[in-house]
Amino acid sequence: MSDTPHSPQTNSKTESAFGRFLRATEIDPRLLGMLGALLLIWVGFHAYGALVLGEGSFLTPRNLWNLSVQTASIGIMATGMVLVIITRNIDLSVGSIVGVVGMYAGLLQVEWLPPVLGLGHPAIWILAVVFGIALGAVIGALQGTLIAYLAIPSFIVTLGGLMLWRGMAFLASSGRTISPVDSTFALLGGGPYGAIGATGSWIVCALAAAGVIWMMIRGRAARKLHGFALRPIWAEYFVGGLSCGVIIIATLVVNAYPWPKGILKDYYAKLGQEVPEGAFIAHGFAYPVLIMALVVLAMTVLMTRTRFGRYVFAIGGNPEAAALSGINTRAMTVKIFMLMGALAGVAAVIASARLNSATNALGDLDELMVIAAAVVGGTSLAGGVGTIYGAIIGALVLVSLQTGMVLIGFGDGSYRKIVIGLALVLAVYLDIIYRKRIK
Amino acid sequence: MSNPNTGTPLVELRDISIAFGGIKAVDHVSVDLYPGEVVGLLGHNGAGKSTLIKCLSGAYQKDAGQILINGHEVEIDDPRDARAHNIETIYQTLALADNLDAASNLFLGRELVNSFGFVDETRMEAETRKIMGRLNPNFQKFNVPVSALSGGQRQSVAIARAVYFNAKILIMDEPTAALGPHETQMVAELIQELKAQGLGIFLIEHDIHSVMKLCDRAVVMKNGQRVGCVNVGDVTDDDILGMIIMGKKPPQAY
Repeated sequence: MSDTPHSPQTNSKTESAFGRFLRATEIDPRLLGMLGALLLIWVGFHAYGALVLGEGSFLTPRNLWNLSVQTASIGIMATGMVLVIITRNIDLSVGSIVGVVGMYAGLLQVEWLPPVLGLGHPAIWILAVVFGIALGAVIGALQGTLIAYLAIPSFIVTLGGLMLWRGMAFLASSGRTISPVDSTFALLGGGPYGAIGATGSWIVCALAAAGVIWMMIRGRAARKLHGFALRPIWAEYFVGGLSCGVIIIATLVVNAYPWPKGILKDYYAKLGQEVPEGAFIAHGFAYPVLIMALVVLAMTVLMTRTRFGRYVFAIGGNPEAAALSGINTRAMTVKIFMLMGALAGVAAVIASARLNSATNALGDLDELMVIAAAVVGGTSLAGGVGTIYGAIIGALVLVSLQTGMVLIGFGDGSYRKIVIGLALVLAVYLDIIYRKRIK
Repeated sequence: MSNPNTGTPLVELRDISIAFGGIKAVDHVSVDLYPGEVVGLLGHNGAGKSTLIKCLSGAYQKDAGQILINGHEVEIDDPRDARAHNIETIYQTLALADNLDAASNLFLGRELVNSFGFVDETRMEAETRKIMGRLNPNFQKFNVPVSALSGGQRQSVAIARAVYFNAKILIMDEPTAALGPHETQMVAELIQELKAQGLGIFLIEHDIHSVMKLCDRAVVMKNGQRVGCVNVGDVTDDDILGMIIMGKKPPQAY
């Protein structure tokens, strides 16, 4: 089943072969559209590089690995923004929450804890992470309370938050940059040591593929139990094969990206050895990407399998009906903003770890990327509609445009902004056309 | 003439008042309802019928007065309290979430969960298919959002919700306002069936013919006050219209 608890009904008589295929496999056509757009962007940048610059550098393990790491913090926040937007709210403050959380988590691990626990104490990174997520949740809950119980529009509350939390981030360290962060903490941002390596990646790959297959078998069993129509068996194999294929390809890509020479030398020097001839150590999946994968999994379960997720959609569809059905819509609003804040906390941990420092500009303008990612991913600003996987693909599209422009030599910010701005408007327009056509 | 029922009423609204910014929407109104009975609530738009009934369904909180269920005074502060007393409401606006399918709407706020606490989508759809098969056998659109349904189909989802959860007290706010003749007939038959099962039904209705056909008693309100109550079998439709329009109480009223 997809995130939205329904799929478009089509007329079987006038249906094309492709339409029948979509219905049999129950693939959301919008998902296909988004994946198609993503592939087009990837191939387009690579082809431009290959034809014009003489070297295609987009579809390389190195770039795709970096892309995955760069997408993590935006992607994680976009999954929360989906809930906020589905319930007809907006959160403009997430970028500033990243800033203030990153700063305080930085101060905690660099200036406050080491004198007490000793520099490099193994508890420091754990405390910093827990503190960061908790601080984000508290800020989110505070904003959610103002929105739900004092009936101040979320646009205003979070616009105020956008400025207020950014100011707090500056004040916290009087504008200083806090660096370097705890060495274990820094691994959460990725980098050669912040990844699980080839063997670990294959284990993750096997677990993910097994998970997909198990869910498909269980879904089929549940339908059979109640005597509902089953997907044709070829469609089951197709969907299962495609999902597992994507997981395997992703694993092959991250395992094809080797450690650079300097890191290899460093690594073997620590072992007291010479670098062997033809040494190849793969990065594998980076920690921030695994964190994102866990967040996506948890958020998808939350939205499709729990009452909480039901209520989010119901409030978005008809807030009055939700309240009359006995749903405590105010408490839900607080919880949704709290969750958004906690996810911004996670993003702050990843962003400051990746930068190996906390600056007061951390997360600046992230709110716009996050909102754009959710919207490009099919979340409707009118409320009631949106998916977690859509938000992640939306984030991938935007980050791909950003890095792609750099790779083909349009790295100067103005072109990047123009392209992303156009892509945002175009994506929403295409979505509007699609929705009109299925009605 | 007086109330033909004896014993303890299923619901008794006693001396209910509620005001919005100085306007008395409901002004010391008392109404009662017995098991197996349909009581019509009549009056002009703005007479206070819907407001009165929303105090019972938990959508509004009364300013003064008492609510008694089976003779015991209860507090109804929100829709959850009402549901706990087996009061189900079918609102004029239908109160459906347009973006969700029939099963999700039917179980909204009371989802079936499996042993892990996860929403059991397939079981909810199976239960929905069962109850819809009884109420509206032609209904087939189980996997589309209710925004794609006709007025009658939407209404049957709203009614199924009340029936599925074993309502003892049913509030229907103009249940046939948006329906065609065939669907209106369907709702009428359903009301008879539920009545026979011993439910008490409050029916807010403008159409005087429906009132004469479906209701046992009719309570008329005007400007937030109770004009009177009549046994529908004892009066003509002109008597009731007189009460609604002029606030004139016929001799049979009490």
